[in-house]
Amino acid sequence: MKRIIASIAVALLLAALPAFAGGEKEGAAPSAGRPIKVGAILAVTGGASFLGAPEAKTLEMLVEQTNAAGGIDGRPVELIIKDSQGSPEKAISFAKQLIEEEQVLAIIGPSTSGESMSIKGICEEGRTILLSCAAAETIVEPVAAYVFKTPQKDSYAAIRIFQTMNEMGIVRIGVVVGNTGFGQGGKAQLEKYAPEHGIEIAIVEVYDREATDLTGVLTKVKARGVEAVVNWSIVPAQSIIPKNMRQIGMAIPLFQSHGFGNIRYVQAAGEAAEGIIFPCGRLLVADVLPAGHPQKQLLVKYKNDYESRYNEDVSTFGGHAYDAYIILEAAIRKAGSTEPQKVRDAIEGIQGLVGTAGIFNMSPSDHNGLGLDSFEMLTVKNGRFVVFE
Amino acid sequence: MTLSQFVQYFLSGITVGSIYAIVAIGFNIIYNTTGIINFAQGEFLVLGAMIAVSLAAVLPLPLAILLAVVITMLVGAAIDFAFIKWLGRPTVLRLVIITIGVSILIREAMLHIWDEKVRALPYFTGTEVSSVRLLGAYISPQVLWVLGVSAVVVVALSLFFRLTLTGRAMRACSDNRTAARLCGIPARGMVTLSFMLSAGIGALAGCVISPLTQTQYDMGASLAIKGFTVAILGGLGNSTAAVAAGLVLGLLEAFAISLLPLAYIDAVSIAVLLIVLFFRPSGLFGNRQASALKEF
Repeated sequence: MKRIIASIAVALLLAALPAFAGGEKEGAAPSAGRPIKVGAILAVTGGASFLGAPEAKTLEMLVEQTNAAGGIDGRPVELIIKDSQGSPEKAISFAKQLIEEEQVLAIIGPSTSGESMSIKGICEEGRTILLSCAAAETIVEPVAAYVFKTPQKDSYAAIRIFQTMNEMGIVRIGVVVGNTGFGQGGKAQLEKYAPEHGIEIAIVEVYDREATDLTGVLTKVKARGVEAVVNWSIVPAQSIIPKNMRQIGMAIPLFQSHGFGNIRYVQAAGEAAEGIIFPCGRLLVADVLPAGHPQKQLLVKYKNDYESRYNEDVSTFGGHAYDAYIILEAAIRKAGSTEPQKVRDAIEGIQGLVGTAGIFNMSPSDHNGLGLDSFEMLTVKNGRFVVFE
Repeated sequence: MTLSQFVQYFLSGITVGSIYAIVAIGFNIIYNTTGIINFAQGEFLVLGAMIAVSLAAVLPLPLAILLAVVITMLVGAAIDFAFIKWLGRPTVLRLVIITIGVSILIREAMLHIWDEKVRALPYFTGTEVSSVRLLGAYISPQVLWVLGVSAVVVVALSLFFRLTLTGRAMRACSDNRTAARLCGIPARGMVTLSFMLSAGIGALAGCVISPLTQTQYDMGASLAIKGFTVAILGGLGNSTAAVAAGLVLGLLEAFAISLLPLAYIDAVSIAVLLIVLFFRPSGLFGNRQASALKEF
């Protein structure tokens, strides 16, 4: 038995040797400085993979571009991606691993709000910068010194939806949400901001994230005589709701959350997706933005880079990782160091940085930095996203 | 509640129920020949739909579905060859655990072959927005397809099990495998056949419901749980009962929605299942004496 263990140990050592040698050589190369370690905890597979997969692809692409251009201040970036599969437990253990063992400067992600909240405290204690790609406002409220987030706030989406309803003269609405953290968060925001916009929510229903048919609950909503429906979810039900509405003859407008920002959902809903109104960043309409728009150039570049490299449609979720990366890069350049404290201070001082979600103006009290205008109201026309007018 | 609302709830119940029913049918075939529940049945559905979606890009829809069914049947046979066949006298529990393992295997394989994205087959007739009007309420034509296919499958299966020699041999294996072998029935071959059949029916079901439910690599488990519930509710092993139980459960859920918040619906269906199992352990339409003889 001892002999077996010993031989396994020797074999492992032998296997590890070339890796050590390789590492040393790289470090000794005079042209490249010590690499800057950046961690990423993303739901690359599993139920939230539509978020994590494009985020991981985006980061890989960006790091490659940075390193091909000589790195940041002559130092290459080393990206360590961990696949959390959307599980908060895995996110916690990966966060500890990245902070304690890998000693990364910053962690990009996690993809979902639940995971982000579960590692918020760990990053704060470990004095490691966290740039979350998840939506919930609680990630940055109350503000934690080392925790930031790049997607727009939920409340902005709710407010933009209500503003649009006011313009259209809609008063009485029904709300359906998926039973995920995102859905519950959206429900809370809608209920909070409805009264001050003069909107009456006649009925609220929560459906299972794995629901396959929702005609029953829509029949109930229809019977309440509402003038519009708001659906807030990140699950495939986003395509089932519009189909079911049309199938049971509901002709009223359907509003969805910014979770609808993925052309796949439009394709899955087909003809039924026509006319859906939802708030979203401008990435999906990059092609049709006026030439002078401040985000135009960056959005078109990201879209073209991503689509030509991965041969799939760009989504706003990958954009959140894009923003996290360029914020970090800008802060490191500005700080002129990779001292966590200095980089953190530099992120707080970022002003007017153009990203995919909007223009970031960070401050000590605002660790998101996006304004209400970062959302554009979009709609679906002939199977494509266009600006709603 | 107005008449048209009542009809709309009814039709909505039929829609949900038809999906439950067609999933449940597949459970019964393997149960009938082996006495086990195949927990990979949901994955057969997803696999069939995934293959059909890929093939539909190059082939006409009916041909794509046919090929998907055939390929999934081959996968079913392969699973039997790889995991079940070489076991000597497996216990029911061991087989059940194996099917759970197989379901995870298929799910992960699908994630790697395709990806995590949502897909759907086109509607067989009409589009996403077409609906049939009935007494002031509406129903998607695809639901009629699901019901029609369920009916055809149930009739074909009961004819097959009652009238053909192979079908009878499969039933004999389920009743008493040793006795069946003594009569010269190749019992092992019958198990393979049952896996192929239920994989094929699963694939067909997956294709027919795909326009309604959409298809994603990890949705097999949730489909299977409802299908399993319905199969038990109707009485395991009886396909006609499964369809009836599916529709009953769908209608029950739809009318429960009209009274209760949607979030309680699963509680309602589980409560019904518990009550039924309490008073009629062999299911709504099951035979008490027959089920007393079963091992599981």
